[in-house]
Amino acid sequence: MAASEHKGPSYMAIFWYLAVLTILELIVVFLPFGKMTNNVLLGALAVTKAVLVAMYFMHLRFEAKTLGWIAVTPLAIATLLVFVLLPDGFAVLKKTDTAAKPAVAAPAKH
Amino acid sequence: MTAATVHSAVEPAEAPLTPESWGKLGMWVFLVGDAVGFGVLLAGYGAMRATSGDWPNPYAVLGINLTALMTFLLICSSVTMVKGLEWLGKGDRTRAVQYLFFTALGGAIFVSLQAYEWSHLIHRGLHINQNPWGAALFGTSFFLVTGFHGLHVTGGVIYLVSMIRYVANRPDPAASYNAVEITGLYWHFVDLVWIMVFTFLYLF
Repeated sequence: MAASEHKGPSYMAIFWYLAVLTILELIVVFLPFGKMTNNVLLGALAVTKAVLVAMYFMHLRFEAKTLGWIAVTPLAIATLLVFVLLPDGFAVLKKTDTAAKPAVAAPAKH
Repeated sequence: MTAATVHSAVEPAEAPLTPESWGKLGMWVFLVGDAVGFGVLLAGYGAMRATSGDWPNPYAVLGINLTALMTFLLICSSVTMVKGLEWLGKGDRTRAVQYLFFTALGGAIFVSLQAYEWSHLIHRGLHINQNPWGAALFGTSFFLVTGFHGLHVTGGVIYLVSMIRYVANRPDPAASYNAVEITGLYWHFVDLVWIMVFTFLYLF
């Protein structure tokens, strides 16, 4: 059976890695390194956890390589998406910057 | 008769992308599409937040104690899922069903805690179109992203419960191994997405 052929860390080992990484995340939130550094650390921890889940729980490490390529396709699409949204975001930011003062004074609209 | 021989009888002769089944490949393709869906939601969230002047501080408003517990719960339910599959691989159907039940229970508790969290936040004034702390889109994106994920967990619990019946109705554990592994893929994906949602919506 496929399960017995798997090499590498046991499921419980992965569980402990995930638990420790989650605790690390909760610690990082309160570190005084500034928002940017903290977010980079949190992002790295989250990606590590996601990779552990995909590689071992979803057995991606033990599958055909082509399946791995199928699985990472969304990463490429997500990266493209960020670049698509950036110009739009900057345009909005510029607009809100110039209109910031009256917008704050005006009553909230929904 | 093993799962592999059952499948070789119904599947084409050329080598499939996964050793066991086309069904597994089908689930992966679905999950890739679903991942793009969540990717769009999170990228949209990031864009709205980056371009907002008065985005509230998420962990001050939402609190992370309960959600940290929910994150841990989902990780635990992923472990019971792989354990269930492992027992099925060893031919112990009773243990496998037990672990599948624990997995479904973990998912059900997760959704219940989310319902509790939502009602608590709504009570404090966080609505889909307004909130007392700043940008209205904060509430919109929060409910949209956590709601979309919660829907996935709810679907997963239903999927798991139906799989418990599926396994229980098949005397040969090998006959349901492949189907349970595919269920596991979905469940771990939901866990993986929550890891991202937790980081982006609560911790960032």
